[in-house]
Amino acid sequence: MPEITYREAVRDGLSQLMRRDERIFIMGEDIAEMGGSMGVTQGMLAEFGPERVRNTPISEIAIVGAGIGAAMQGMLPIVEIMYEDFLTISMEQIVNQAAKHRTMSGGQLKVPLTIRTQGGAGWSPGAQHAQQLESWFVHVPGLKVVFASTPEDVRGLLWSSVYDPNPVLFFEHRTLYPIKGEVPDQLAPIPLGTARVHREGSDVTVVATGRLVHESLQAAEEAEKDGISVEVVDPRTLSPLDTESIVASVRKTTRCVTAHEAVVQGGFGAELAAVVQHGAFDWLDAPVERVGAKFAPLPFAPVMEEYAIPHAADVLEAIRRTVARA
Amino acid sequence: MTQVEGERRSASGVLAPERLRELYAQMLLIRRFEEKVEERFRAGELPGFLHVAIGQEAVACGVCAALEPDDVIGSTHRAHAHTIAKGTPVDAVMAEMYGKVEGCSGGFGGSMHLYDVARGNLGANAVVGGGLPAMVGAALAFKMRGEPRVAVPFFGDGATNTGAFHESMNLAQLWQLPVVFVLENNGWAESTPAAQQLPLAVEDMEHRALAYDMTHWEVDGQDVEAVYAAMRDAREHVVGGRGPVFLNARTFRFTGHYVGDPQVYRDKDEVRGLMESHDPIELLRARLGLSDEDAEALDAAATAEVEASVELAQAGTDPAPEDALKWVYAEGSMEPDGA
Repeated sequence: MPEITYREAVRDGLSQLMRRDERIFIMGEDIAEMGGSMGVTQGMLAEFGPERVRNTPISEIAIVGAGIGAAMQGMLPIVEIMYEDFLTISMEQIVNQAAKHRTMSGGQLKVPLTIRTQGGAGWSPGAQHAQQLESWFVHVPGLKVVFASTPEDVRGLLWSSVYDPNPVLFFEHRTLYPIKGEVPDQLAPIPLGTARVHREGSDVTVVATGRLVHESLQAAEEAEKDGISVEVVDPRTLSPLDTESIVASVRKTTRCVTAHEAVVQGGFGAELAAVVQHGAFDWLDAPVERVGAKFAPLPFAPVMEEYAIPHAADVLEAIRRTVARA
Repeated sequence: MTQVEGERRSASGVLAPERLRELYAQMLLIRRFEEKVEERFRAGELPGFLHVAIGQEAVACGVCAALEPDDVIGSTHRAHAHTIAKGTPVDAVMAEMYGKVEGCSGGFGGSMHLYDVARGNLGANAVVGGGLPAMVGAALAFKMRGEPRVAVPFFGDGATNTGAFHESMNLAQLWQLPVVFVLENNGWAESTPAAQQLPLAVEDMEHRALAYDMTHWEVDGQDVEAVYAAMRDAREHVVGGRGPVFLNARTFRFTGHYVGDPQVYRDKDEVRGLMESHDPIELLRARLGLSDEDAEALDAAATAEVEASVELAQAGTDPAPEDALKWVYAEGSMEPDGA
């Protein structure tokens, strides 16, 4: 199995899709000559040309909206919103348009649109280039929400997202682009709505997304030294959610910690906690602990940023709290 | 006849009398339909709320008459006229007003979300300006595949204040996409007059297109033949790969923003005067020289069709409550060999 970076995995997924299927094209800001602000689409202009690798104006409403219209007319567009903070500008198109055409038309329309975006802190981008807004979209019927944390997952989930007949918000994490991981020789699609157990354990389940999957795995190593056995589960798809796997894991371990980089209040961890308390109430030995960013717009200075966002140590602390309750 | 930028176009002698007569019948059908839904709404029979386009029928009918079957439109919250003009039977539109399975959106849409995808109606949008970007995207698909089709968003002057409008105009012009932007320029944004919502005079709306160096044509929106002629030329222009066209149709809304709007903001005498001098149906009747007898026969036919649609809708099928969840997600896969 070759080892590639998360960035290369996205690029490889996009390229394999586009080689195979003329309906697929990508558009977004600075994705052509520059290869995207994160370098994900580097080299793709040379291979696929400007018709299928389209630089757009700085127009997030039109980028998403044009993707919706092309998707309704039989194309499979992949649009890129450079930073997920900028999704706010295209919110109307995503929430009122993409998500609702199918229902409003009584099933006449499909919107097979993939909206790739990225975000995340850890490099002092300040308050408008690092938010984690994935939970907003989980609240909207008609949308699917994917958040991949490894090279293998990001490639396999991208494939399934592009071929899903619904609009998919596809979240990548900025700080994961350089991480390396093994991927199968042949691209293997990963069905949406399937969680991945990264590490098996028997005392506590940590349900984590994005960067916090890696932080949680680190925390699990540390906990192991204290004799605490931690299971780490990544839902990978936030909507639809693989509730079965999550509930099964918590029934086994009897304790649960949720972990994401987004702020705790109203975050995806709240949904996970609700799912877990309902599905595993009689099994739980401690309240569900939530780990996430502190409730503040992200400050610039590295010491403040470091303080505001969660790390392995925060996950470890939460693990210890749940164990201490028993 | 050649369209000249900056010149408001009127027309006669473009269409054969028979074709014009059909458009007269269609406008009349739409008028009677809208009067009927107003009546049934006031009688408490229709759920939700409604916006009628009484006074603006010539824009809908002239534009849609000039389109080919594969062309697509995107409509607004004031959608009945566009939908009927694009060919959806009155029965299906009326059934949608009643929330019935037989409705053109299966009861899922209502007055503000009329769809008929098979007939090229990609949907009526209830967010002002919100439907425009998708029409640009539809045009992008046509251009990428080399299909001689055109995407036609309808919108009002109020929508030209939205970011969605400007981003759509900008992208369509930048990529030279086959879009005809049809401005139904009635001078009102709901209850707010042009003077309070536009930095331009109603007569100067071409500046919206000039900002993007887009071809713009002005047309008398009360003259269905002129609208037809302008749209036909606009279609030829955009399908020929010469970039999008901004078609500015000056028109008049004879009613309130919504059914039941007391219009406290508007001079009643002015509305009455407009109805007497600018009614597109009366103007066409005069051009056709219809006899009273002829006009009455056409009116009776339109009225009967609308009455029949009400009876069908009243007797239509209610969706099962749990159908609410039926279309949230599409099933299957978009793989080339997928379901």
